[in-house]
Amino acid sequence: MKPFTYARANDRADAIAQAADATYIAGGTNLLDLMKLEVMAPDKLVDINRLDLSEIRVTDDGGLRIGALVTNSDCAADERVRQDYPVLSRAILAGASGQLRNKATTGGNLCQRTRCYYFYDTAMPCNKREPGSGCQAMQGFNRIHAILGASDACIATYPGDMAVAMTALDAQIEIENADGETRLVAIQEFHLLPGDHPEKDNILTAGDLITAVILPPPVEGKQIYRKVRDRASYAFALCSVAAIVEMDGDTIASAALAFGGLAHKPWRDQDVEALLVGQKPSADLFGKAADQLLADAQGYGSNDFKIPLTRRVLMSVLKEATDKGAAA
Amino acid sequence: MTAHHKMDKADSRNRLDDMAQGLVGSPMDRPDGPLKVSGRATYAHEWDVPDMLYGVLVRATISKGRVTDVASGAIIGKNGVRAVITDDRLLRRPAQGGADEAPPQGSKQVDYFGQPIALVVADTFEQARHGANILGISYEAEGQASFDPEADDTETDTPEDDQFDQGDLDQAMQDAAFTVDQVYHTPGHNSAAMEPHCAIASWEGDKLTLRGSYQMLNFNINELADALHIVPDNIRMLSPYVGGGFGSKLGISPEAVSAAIAAKEIGQPVCVALSRPQVFETTMRRSETRQHVRLACGEDGVLTGIGHECLVSNLPGETFYEPVTQATHFMYGGKHRTLGIEVARVNRTCGGSVRAPGEAVGMQVLENAMDELAEASGIDPVELRRRNVPDRHPEQDIPYSSRRFMEALDEGAKIFEWDKRNKKPGSLREGDWLIGHGMAGAARVNILSEAKAKVTLLADGSAVVETDMTDIGTGTYAILTQIAGEMLGLPADKIETKLGDSDFPAGPGSGGSWGAASTGSAVFLACEDIRKAIAKKLGTDEADLRLADGKAGRGDTARSITEVLDGTPISAVGHIEPGQTLEEMQQATYGSYFAEVAVNAVTGETRVKRMLGVFGAGRILNEKTATSQCYGGMIWGIGSALTEELVFDNRDGHIVNHDLAEYHIPVNLDVPQIEVVLLEERDEWASPIQAKGIGELGICGAAAAVTNAIYNATGIRVRDYPATLDKLLTDLPTD
Amino acid sequence: METTELSVNGKTHKLEADSRVTLLDALRNHLGLTGTKKGCDHGQCGACTVIVEGRRINSCLTLACMHDGDEVTTIEGLGEPGNLSDLQAAFVAHDGFQCGYCTPGQICSATAMLEEAKAGWPSFVSDDLDGPEGLSDEEISERMSGNLCRCAAYPNIVDAIRQVAGRQVAGAKS
Repeated sequence: MKPFTYARANDRADAIAQAADATYIAGGTNLLDLMKLEVMAPDKLVDINRLDLSEIRVTDDGGLRIGALVTNSDCAADERVRQDYPVLSRAILAGASGQLRNKATTGGNLCQRTRCYYFYDTAMPCNKREPGSGCQAMQGFNRIHAILGASDACIATYPGDMAVAMTALDAQIEIENADGETRLVAIQEFHLLPGDHPEKDNILTAGDLITAVILPPPVEGKQIYRKVRDRASYAFALCSVAAIVEMDGDTIASAALAFGGLAHKPWRDQDVEALLVGQKPSADLFGKAADQLLADAQGYGSNDFKIPLTRRVLMSVLKEATDKGAAA
Repeated sequence: MTAHHKMDKADSRNRLDDMAQGLVGSPMDRPDGPLKVSGRATYAHEWDVPDMLYGVLVRATISKGRVTDVASGAIIGKNGVRAVITDDRLLRRPAQGGADEAPPQGSKQVDYFGQPIALVVADTFEQARHGANILGISYEAEGQASFDPEADDTETDTPEDDQFDQGDLDQAMQDAAFTVDQVYHTPGHNSAAMEPHCAIASWEGDKLTLRGSYQMLNFNINELADALHIVPDNIRMLSPYVGGGFGSKLGISPEAVSAAIAAKEIGQPVCVALSRPQVFETTMRRSETRQHVRLACGEDGVLTGIGHECLVSNLPGETFYEPVTQATHFMYGGKHRTLGIEVARVNRTCGGSVRAPGEAVGMQVLENAMDELAEASGIDPVELRRRNVPDRHPEQDIPYSSRRFMEALDEGAKIFEWDKRNKKPGSLREGDWLIGHGMAGAARVNILSEAKAKVTLLADGSAVVETDMTDIGTGTYAILTQIAGEMLGLPADKIETKLGDSDFPAGPGSGGSWGAASTGSAVFLACEDIRKAIAKKLGTDEADLRLADGKAGRGDTARSITEVLDGTPISAVGHIEPGQTLEEMQQATYGSYFAEVAVNAVTGETRVKRMLGVFGAGRILNEKTATSQCYGGMIWGIGSALTEELVFDNRDGHIVNHDLAEYHIPVNLDVPQIEVVLLEERDEWASPIQAKGIGELGICGAAAAVTNAIYNATGIRVRDYPATLDKLLTDLPTD
Repeated sequence: METTELSVNGKTHKLEADSRVTLLDALRNHLGLTGTKKGCDHGQCGACTVIVEGRRINSCLTLACMHDGDEVTTIEGLGEPGNLSDLQAAFVAHDGFQCGYCTPGQICSATAMLEEAKAGWPSFVSDDLDGPEGLSDEEISERMSGNLCRCAAYPNIVDAIRQVAGRQVAGAKS
């Protein structure tokens, strides 16, 4: 770890004022991991744990505002989250370990960096870590890498679970900038695709401070989070699905589907959802949905299996979500 | 006095059974338990050594060539950096287990990506780590490196000692009623002990004290002395607590040598701990294997031929190779045999001993192949094993010592209700889960190793056991306490067992499952001598002497031991050596596994729902710790079957998944509440305490039970380990 | 250099250390409390688990200076030979360890985990999100999956925790 100066912020203004040449640290479970390897090497850390951002409260329109410093554990255990947004609780509980969830924050978890083995190894070329140096994963071992939305520069995936559920829930991210202005960014706009600039994971710029995640009012429908990984627990998703499906009698009234482990960001495809709405559930329909989702899917050798895996998982989740007689 | 015994003949006196204290065999709590559960056990990093500095090793980032420049000047004297060590004595790789001499040294020659090439020493750990990260190194790649063991242009050699041919296997295969002819692959593994290697070196004049985490102290001292070019007598090594070894701490490794060199040069103690990625890159890997297995049998399922031909790999110049066929030589009959091992020379992290070298992967595959033969022949898998247990060693024509393989099969089948299972693969389903059952046999060679231990019966009626033998989680503290207490008639709280100090008599080290029986025998011999001395004082024969609860004799005539000793302690050194019984008999431990798995019909994820192991490992010294060893082995088997794989990038030979996030050892949720049954057994040829090893037996075939169960659940035969979901995906039902 | 006040096992320490020092290294290298272990230094094994402000965390992935004024409980604070906590004693009785290196982390983790269960927190394996009705073996295993054990004492770890949990967590559903 490179030497750095450590400062604490007492409030938002204080944090943002110091942020110009510094990196925020909240839970630190991802940042410190990377700093020890000098994958990230900030000169200055601003500890924002004293900021007043740990509250979960109902918003005026009946949605839920989750403060950026709310820990993963507290969010998952919150009664309103469990009751009204169970897919979020399930997704968080599927991630990491009890210890890590107790420390990881809502804001920090959105910013979690990729687990690509070559990104993590400073002896390896990596366009995300060092733009222009190359991508060692593409011709290498890429089991955990993207099958959707990748570019010639980078095939890394976003590894988190919470954000996948939030994507299905149409969450918005509240950000305060260096000028003290607050804006809301739809979560689907928050994370970026790698394109030509894989060094950028998301739309945050210097000084930006995530202050909250806002969930819309609770929606109807069955909520499922399915995670597939290489061991029973304490492992990242090879593929995950957050699904919120509402039935209207025999037909699908609405479907929100977000996918993890497949791309540089939680993946959502409106065409897949549109295909399902108004239709009667059937294996044939689900197969078409999978076809649509995976039309442009590309494997890179070690992750080819993610294509049939995602197909199977999606179809299974849709079956479970539209199954009559099973409780919501 | 020294009680020396060479195991040339069987010892069926079963003397421990004649004793009266009731300690041996009992599930006694580990005496080291309270220290371990309260964080008071001192591991290598945890000694309070004043003025200690910290060292961090630097890794090579080329695969083969030379280091041409190390920019030490740029970092020394800044940010706490005190020195950069690039001494020619730095190790290029660890010593192999039992090497007893230095492994390859020299920090300029690079043989594999990740090799340690320098040590940065600083006042604090953070400063040393940063220094190591920014140290500028220049290289010159040299020569043609090889990375892929199976590539056509990779050089291989064929160790003479491990080729065996008998009869005509090709013909036997042609004539057979049923055959199996398949190629299997097991990947590389890492020991992944929870404690990373660490050493604190401190000098006083010429004398070096090395506080480290090592398995075989007297060998390690010789290796360290040879590496440093000093005499072994000038080194004291302390490893009272070892946070897991599993083979990775058998031979001296880079942290110890670099710490010693740095401490001497700087004049202050230096602590060097490997980072977790460094443990992966610089300590021994288990080689991957490619195993071509052929089995030929008649209509009755009796084997007529066995072929087991393997490819493993290691660095050029290493004499160690994974002895894959070790158990195949003696496990099953079959006149026509071709067994062989070929070693590919690759520029990868050094290959060495990882828990149960040989059988861990050899039995895993052999038992997979036997299951395929059971399927082909229509004979029940348990029955097939039963029909192929030979009366005598099929190659050497020597008898077996004690062997409870059949009993393990029968008992296991009964407890597991094996005959009630569904026999048609792929036809038992519970919701999204395909259920299956599988079994496998277990076997591991048994070894007795030279060992010494000193036992002192003190005048106050307590006793001390001293040996440089280690406890790496195996339970040495417990069992030596139990043997001494049993023989001397003392309760456990009157015995102090001291381990892991090279000042004590030389034990056998922890490895190859030989530790308990060997050191236990040394303690037994020492105690026998002490018993003889007591008997003499009482004017009786040792055979008639009853010692129990601190008293000699029985009933009214019992005298307290303190009275008998009358102020004079009695001590003895026991010295055991292996002998003829190891040559004249095939000694091994055996067992059986039965597993139930659930395979997700959608994703191919496998969960082990139930697992049973039944084992015969000679006299069980402590039921609790022996059971724990078996749990450990079986869970390693689950890892081997389902999750563990070292991934190498064949462009540069580096280990891609060099941390615990991506090298997947089983987590708690991967493991059901396993059942272990230990059979009563006495192996009179194995040791004078009739005990054999048990630390590795649990792993020797366990993975096959899991993948055989996957076959039963899905109809999919996994031959390429681990059975990750992608290997099942395309063949799962499409419904 | 940062000055940090830490209350560890009820005793206050004033730590002067490099801002890079993790809570784990502060405990081990600066405060002489070597009971907490370093297994990977990257939050991948749980051997470094301690209890901070009542919550179990990986002490390797947090800086000491981030915990000014915090209460920390380490394995040494839970009990000592002759006066072991219920969990510590259960681990000994059930042989919930072998080499012992992951053990302090397991026990700190389990101690805090039982409080999480008492508070009605659900887990990945809970059938419904209301929280567990007592702790099944599966619940214990999942909640403890952040603590790796290579000796693989898992079955005994579960037995030890079940014994203590049985007394503490019956009917914790909220």
